[in-house]
Amino acid sequence: MTFNYDEYVRTETIPHMWCPGCGIGIVMKSIIRAFTALKWDKNDIAFVSGIGCTSRMPGYMDMNTLHTTHGRALAFATGIKLAHPEKHVVVVGGDGDATAIGGNHLIHAARRNIDITLIINDNAIYGMTGGQYSPTTPPHMIASTAPYGMVEPNFDIAKLVMGAGATYVARETISKGIMLEKYIKTGLAHKGFSVIVAESTCPIQFGRRNRLADPVELMHWLKNRGVPKTKAAGMAPEELQDRFVTGELFRDDSRPEFTEVYQQVIDAAMKKENK
Amino acid sequence: MVTAEVAAKPKVKKEPPVVDVIFENCKGCNICVDVCPTNVLVLIKVPNKWEGYIAEVKYPEKCTRCMLCEIECPDFAIKVY
Ligand SMILES: Cc1ncc(C[n+]2csc(CCOP(=O)(O)OP(=O)(O)O)c2C)c(N)n1
Ligand code: SF4
Ligand code: SF4
Repeated sequence: MTFNYDEYVRTETIPHMWCPGCGIGIVMKSIIRAFTALKWDKNDIAFVSGIGCTSRMPGYMDMNTLHTTHGRALAFATGIKLAHPEKHVVVVGGDGDATAIGGNHLIHAARRNIDITLIINDNAIYGMTGGQYSPTTPPHMIASTAPYGMVEPNFDIAKLVMGAGATYVARETISKGIMLEKYIKTGLAHKGFSVIVAESTCPIQFGRRNRLADPVELMHWLKNRGVPKTKAAGMAPEELQDRFVTGELFRDDSRPEFTEVYQQVIDAAMKKENK
Repeated sequence: MVTAEVAAKPKVKKEPPVVDVIFENCKGCNICVDVCPTNVLVLIKVPNKWEGYIAEVKYPEKCTRCMLCEIECPDFAIKVY
């Protein structure tokens, strides 16, 4: 049966501004289905973003939304979570927003293990500003600032945040919307810093420069680069070059969560005050 | 033993699927056409639409209600009832 997205959408803002075949819409729909599955009251959700095409998403979401500055969404979200630890704080951002200008906030949110869920729409390019390369642009791919092909190695975001201390990490391509929804749901319900990397598409700024302008062709290209975790376990490192591993990649429920630890500080300070 | 009551119950017939494309939302990206395993949809040229194309439900009778087109459409533009 058809799914009703209206509860969490500012319906008067649809159709949205994203280009034909842009993957961001698929990610947004997966997030809404996850909210619905968890039966979360929209009044209890703070939905935060930085700047970029992906970061336009809160404009379309009917809940408490905050559109902040480029790269700083996690900093604002940390403030919201500390002021309202009982609320659900969710952040979305592009690969540039989250891992370039926002890279420092990313590793420190992970280090603190603060109970925020971050969903990264990784389209491997700066979509909004004209196709500049980002830290996740794969080697040799063309960008407006890499006309001869990307010469730098790219980040594996999942490994980066695992190393920094995130306690739930998953990755999936937008060609598997149902799996994406499942991982987002698990990440939202997880207490601690969760990162879900949605491997996504920008047919206009990435596709067009790489003979992958057709959204369907680009989606197939992306899907073929993903390797499920179980399959990857039996593959040699050379075979995994230029690919990325998908699935639930990491989970740790033992590490203390930041707002809980911070509450102990508040309690101790109050006790001293009242003495 | 089949009781009279059970036997008298009318068989619940499942309604056949209805696939609906929302004209204003569809951007003609072709993703739904590609993901449909039974080729229900085709992309057609239309006038008075900026993108120039729209998905058309050409063979609705082939739909198996797998929901893939609805899930993978980036534009809230296709509904399977
Ligand atoms: C401080 C600052 N620097 C630069 C910009 C310009 N800018 C806006 S969006 C963006 C990058 C967008 O790329 P990404 O974050 O990957 O998101 P996408 O548009 O691909 O979804 C940049 C550099 C800005 N708005 N603010
Ligand atoms: S420029 Fe790229 S990321 Fe931005 S809306 Fe268009 S396709 Fe999507
Ligand atoms: S996937 Fe959605 S927007 Fe794209 S052609 Fe199909 S109905 Fe239209």
